[in-house]
Amino acid sequence: MSEKKLIILGLIIFVVIVTFPLWYNRGKAAPAPERILTDKAKAAKVCVRSTDYMKAEHMQLLDLWRDSVVRQGTRIYVSPSGKEYNMSLSNRCLDCHSNKAEFCDRCHNYASVRPYCWDCHIDNPKETS
Amino acid sequence: MNARYMVSLVTVIVLFLIAWAGTALGLQVLFGIIIPYAALLLFIVGFIYRVMNWSRSAVPFRIPTTGGQHKSLPWFTHAQFDCPATKWQVVVRMALEILTFRSLFRNTRMKLKEGGRLSYQLEIFLWVGALAFHYAFLAVLIRHLRFFTEPVPFFVQLIENIDSFFRVEIIYPVFKFGIPGVFVSGIVLLLAVAYLFLRRIFTPQVRYISLASDYFPLFLIFGIALTGILMRYITKIDVTSAKALTMGLVTFRPTIPEGVGTIFYIHLFFVSVLLAYFPFSKLMHLGGIFLSPTRNLTTDTRTKRHVNPWNYPVPVHTYEEYEDEFRDKMIEVGLPVEKMPEPEPVKEDAPAKDETPAEEEEKE
Ligand code: HEC
Ligand code: HEC
Ligand code: HEC
Repeated sequence: MSEKKLIILGLIIFVVIVTFPLWYNRGKAAPAPERILTDKAKAAKVCVRSTDYMKAEHMQLLDLWRDSVVRQGTRIYVSPSGKEYNMSLSNRCLDCHSNKAEFCDRCHNYASVRPYCWDCHIDNPKETS
Repeated sequence: MNARYMVSLVTVIVLFLIAWAGTALGLQVLFGIIIPYAALLLFIVGFIYRVMNWSRSAVPFRIPTTGGQHKSLPWFTHAQFDCPATKWQVVVRMALEILTFRSLFRNTRMKLKEGGRLSYQLEIFLWVGALAFHYAFLAVLIRHLRFFTEPVPFFVQLIENIDSFFRVEIIYPVFKFGIPGVFVSGIVLLLAVAYLFLRRIFTPQVRYISLASDYFPLFLIFGIALTGILMRYITKIDVTSAKALTMGLVTFRPTIPEGVGTIFYIHLFFVSVLLAYFPFSKLMHLGGIFLSPTRNLTTDTRTKRHVNPWNYPVPVHTYEEYEDEFRDKMIEVGLPVEKMPEPEPVKEDAPAKDETPAEEEEKE
């Protein structure tokens, strides 16, 4: 009979592990964080590309920008809508989104991504300059 | 062409089309909320049911497989973990089995060499493939907790950091890869599944014993890994919305956020099917490995008497009793008997016995 007890203990451990997300969050609502836009961004109304594109693929756009600047030496990006942008992480993205903590970081913490870009690039050009 | 894997492949393709059509028809609530909940429920209840069912089956005999020297006289080296004699040695044996697939490691291949000589070779690839597959799957599973926890616990972040250790960044006009960081586990998982499938296809003996239920989980897991990799690196989705959906599920506030792509629902549907299918399939070896009597029993039959627990008093009729009953008749027909009958000792003191009939005769 002690074998049966062991099996039941094992099953309890199994259920506890499998339902980890259910009890870890204790039912606290965790919706996607609100992204606060700066006045400058609000004035611009649109991002470099469409919002849907930015939400999903901004990291690839940044990769493209980095490649264009560092490898090809072109600093001007022409968006599909015909607007021209000076490709720069700190000087362009963070010009409109200067509230990095309430914008980029919030979202990244939620999705558990830790971009290593800030090892070199300054977070907030305005503060330091 | 082989019906068994074609059936599985077609099933997975049909599942893909169901999820695709479902999202196109706007059945997000079904595919994003109802099916995942139902699948999880089925998984947990089905798993418990299967294990409880196993727990009721009898293990009357000691049937552990021995992989080394039994515990014997003190001058024989005892193979403690291949032939465990105590509970703790069994625990170690089980841990090695579960964490390192020890018995798979012992896999050998028999080959007939020139001159008709038989040779056994260590066949290690299945072990390597299985190990890669299971550990990659585990890493992927733990990493996915980032979608189901808020805040994301440290161990998930730790696994993420280790997993994205290699920063491979490739950028061509047609092919971008590496941002977001590459997680090795996902790619290892995909390759390992592909290997495990190809092994079944190209090794004739293994193909012969492979059933549709062997191919189906492989195709399904391949589909899951592939859609996951596509979502992360190629046809990007809005990860934040996806997490809003999954967090809604685990906090019992289900929502369907906008902008989660079709591919996400396909991925989720595949996972739901895997969970629902799990308790009914060979995947139950997750629970079964712990209950394998060939592994989890002590091999102490030399030191301990194991009485069959089913033993109950049986009304027996021993040979002695049988002979007692039929001895006379047996002697009559000349059958050998173990105990000579009463008359024998009587014969020895023949004079005394003979007297009586003699007397009788005299009387007559
Ligand atoms: C090792 C330090 C380092 C890291 C880490 C790094 N960069 Fe850079 N990055 C540079 C340097 C140096 C330049 C060149 C600056 C210039 O020429 O104006 C640059 C240029 C760029 C540029 C174009 C010029 C500009 O002003 O921004 C972009 C875009 C960029 N990096 C994006 C990124 C992104 C995205 C990441 C993270 C995924 C990243 N970088 C990580 C060092 C780094
Ligand atoms: C001209 C100002 C401007 C620049 C430059 C800019 N953005 Fe934006 N960004 C915006 C605005 C405005 C929005 C909000 C659009 C909306 O709500 O539809 C936005 C939205 C976004 C979003 C989506 C946020 C959400 O709602 O989920 C992301 C991600 C983003 N930007 C990233 C970037 C990155 C990365 C860069 C640099 C490549 C960048 N932005 C450059 C103005 C800008
Ligand atoms: C809508 C939420 C959101 C916002 C806002 C946002 N990001 Fe991201 N970012 C993400 C997600 C999610 C990922 C990871 C994507 C994945 O895991 O597939 C990511 C990844 C990245 C990466 C690649 C990380 C890696 O692993 O290499 C960079 C670089 C990045 N973001 C830069 C920025 C910058 C700069 C901003 C602010 C201007 C910003 N992001 C704003 C959600 C966001």
